[in-house]
Amino acid sequence: MTEYKNEGRHKAPLELWIRTTFLTIGSIMVTMLGLMFVTFVIGRVMPIDPVLAIVGEQASKSTYDAAYAQLGLDRPIIAQFGLYVWDVLHGDFGKSLLTARPVADDIKRVFPATLELASIGVFFGIILGVPLGVVAAVKRGSWIDQVARVIALVGYSMPIFWLGLMGLLVFYGILGWVGGPGRVGIFYVDIVPSVTGMILIDSLLDRNWVIFKDALSHIVLPASLLGYYSLAYISRMTRSFMLEQLSAEYITTARVKGMSESAVIWRHAFKNIRVQLITVIALSYANLLEGSVLTEIIFSWPGIGSYITTALLSADMNAVMGGTVVVGLIFILLNILSDLLYKFFDPRAK
Amino acid sequence: MNAFNRLLSTVAIGLAVGLTSVAAVAETPANMLVIANRIDDITTIDPAQSFEFAGSDVSRNIYSRLVNFDPLNLEAGYQPDLAESWTVSEDGRTITFTMREGVKFHSGNPVRAEDAEFSLRRVVILNKTPSFILTQFGFTADNVGETIVADGNTISITTDKRYATSFVLNCLTAVIGGIVDKEVVMANEVDGDLGNSWLATNSAGAGPYKLQGWKPNESVTLVSNPNYYGGAPAMERVIVRHVQESATQRLMLERGDIDVARNLNPEDVAGASKAEDITIDSELRGRLMYIAVNQKHEHLAKPEVRQAIKYLVDYEGMQNSFLNGQYTIHQNFLPRTYLGAVDENPFSLNIKKAKELLASAGVGPFEIEVGVREAQERIEIAQSLQNTFAQAGITLNITVGTAKAILGRYRARELDMYVGAWGPDYPDPHTNAGTFAYNPDNSDEAKATGLLAYRNAWDTGGLTEKVAAAVIEGDRDTRAKMYADIQSEFRDIAPFAVLFQKIEQTGRNKVVKNLNLGGAITAVSYWPVTK
Repeated sequence: MTEYKNEGRHKAPLELWIRTTFLTIGSIMVTMLGLMFVTFVIGRVMPIDPVLAIVGEQASKSTYDAAYAQLGLDRPIIAQFGLYVWDVLHGDFGKSLLTARPVADDIKRVFPATLELASIGVFFGIILGVPLGVVAAVKRGSWIDQVARVIALVGYSMPIFWLGLMGLLVFYGILGWVGGPGRVGIFYVDIVPSVTGMILIDSLLDRNWVIFKDALSHIVLPASLLGYYSLAYISRMTRSFMLEQLSAEYITTARVKGMSESAVIWRHAFKNIRVQLITVIALSYANLLEGSVLTEIIFSWPGIGSYITTALLSADMNAVMGGTVVVGLIFILLNILSDLLYKFFDPRAK
Repeated sequence: MNAFNRLLSTVAIGLAVGLTSVAAVAETPANMLVIANRIDDITTIDPAQSFEFAGSDVSRNIYSRLVNFDPLNLEAGYQPDLAESWTVSEDGRTITFTMREGVKFHSGNPVRAEDAEFSLRRVVILNKTPSFILTQFGFTADNVGETIVADGNTISITTDKRYATSFVLNCLTAVIGGIVDKEVVMANEVDGDLGNSWLATNSAGAGPYKLQGWKPNESVTLVSNPNYYGGAPAMERVIVRHVQESATQRLMLERGDIDVARNLNPEDVAGASKAEDITIDSELRGRLMYIAVNQKHEHLAKPEVRQAIKYLVDYEGMQNSFLNGQYTIHQNFLPRTYLGAVDENPFSLNIKKAKELLASAGVGPFEIEVGVREAQERIEIAQSLQNTFAQAGITLNITVGTAKAILGRYRARELDMYVGAWGPDYPDPHTNAGTFAYNPDNSDEAKATGLLAYRNAWDTGGLTEKVAAAVIEGDRDTRAKMYADIQSEFRDIAPFAVLFQKIEQTGRNKVVKNLNLGGAITAVSYWPVTK
């Protein structure tokens, strides 16, 4: 009897886990299919002509027609979509018109550049934004709170291209403290073997300290810029969450009981905003992982944002679809990660 | 980046540079040329397929051709390259080239007539977008076995009828004339593609440079060919980095991290020109801006009205304002520096004369629709025209649309008026004469939508025959004179008003010498560059 009860207690979570996993995978597939369908339809109805992008506006009608048929545009749209999904399921996103390479290879090249930049950017945003938000809430109305507000407002309202150009002008052009545009100095291009596609990690793996230092000097400015925008968002949200907690009765009770202020703030109030903060950070990270097009343009950073934008403007629909699928997948994965972290930090979510 | 953003960035950089100065603290190595350029239009490096500006830049430096332009003397026209000499048959249809001895590909393989035969046949068989430059001579996939033939150290090409030798040779200087290494290319053939996929990202030429790497939207790296028959280039490495923003290019140039900035806007040209180490080169390119009126419109079809519109354009006003430094007035369909180009620009804004012409045509105030693609400079031109045309009683209703929408209607002969741009396809006058002033069948059924004259329903008033005669004229000077005459007549009678020719302004570090961008007829040449 005892054995049966134990077996039952172990079996139930396993079944639940299997069920949850299947449901998660199913929802990912349905979401991805929906995303692909919407992107595909938009790609077909938008007023950019992929054929014209290939043959040029001076081409004759016969050349145009040949390219039209070659792209499969003469088939019904649903048949085109079906073929596309079939290819994607086999790992084939098609070939990019712009780069003459498989889209999967292009994404392998551009996504690590964005991942590297976004990760450092969001790291800056967290380590500066969270404490700033907490302090601003605790010292509500003080000069620290005012400074934090100004920092956040500037971050929200300043056009990123302007800030980027000014940063380049001051720190690269005038002071010479940081490297210029690009991921690495022109003379160091293609020297370190690409393992992860992230130059900082690849140069570390190669123990090439000169290139590591150079890559660091190139990434610090755009990453700080993106980090600043994350900081603005994260610090304001942290402040807001903290204010809500600090006005709760359990905080008053803790203080009345004589608990130290730092314990009240960090062990009680902050502990209770972690779940909300995870959502904010995940969203912020996801936004950076989409690629910040203007930052990538100003810093000549070959990331996924400028890749998708250039492809979109040139009617390179395979590249647009491939990029969209990857970005969509990132959002979904970050959502799942958030859910898992909820469960870890908040027992009620289990 | 839109105009507002550009203005903000320019003001910001202008203010900051005004208060301080960007000191050139770095410099590129003496044996390396570093260029910032927009290279996101490169889709392939294969000379049988490449048809974009940045791609042509790469191809010109990798692939030698049978005949080619000397970058230090473009005015001399085509010169021997891999072909040492050539002869023309009596009927003018067959040109036989004798190959230069002792030239090697980057692989070390010798350059043979067989490679030239393979390269030209390959263009025709693959039938990619630029293949028309060769197939217009009657070459087809079925007949190349007989019409493009290598024999020992010679290669003969036989056209379907007599053409001007200069026409054929000019076409062979285009990107599609690049000679590829047959052995290497065929070793990389996949599914009978004649190496097309492989050559999209690799090179197999005999030119002064070989491709080390092309990262789309990132960089192109070329390394010198020490065995180049013309002598090893001084620049052992050429790196072209994709830098989208003009302001960023300017900063890099002023910092000394690059030698050349190819895409400076007028504001950054003005700023960079103040730096001590930098000079600005202005070079004429082949792109033309023009307006055209549909001859199906009852008023626009009248000769006096066609004349009148040419007096309703504020050429100087536009040149000196929003097109400043980027375009120059040019009223002929052949860009300056082309064979047969003329520099006569008789029209200027003259509302009074335009009104007289309209009155003599018996035309009162009327409205027309003008189609414009959503490009800033074209929209601004259309707005200027709207203002000046209104002064003569012609109301222009501007329709701005995407390339697909506007071009579709233009090809279907539906627009009353079109503000457009045209770039030559190959460095021979027929490239423009054959579209602006040539239209053998003006009927709707002809569907010759590739011809600009057809798109405007213009029967060319006898110029078609003159263009056809010029394209077969054997004597180069006589041919040049024929095109000059055609353009003179075209200016008077055509429903086209050619307005401007493109100028490319390049920021260059003064240590860089002999950089030639190729003018209107070809692409950039890196091999004569020294520092």
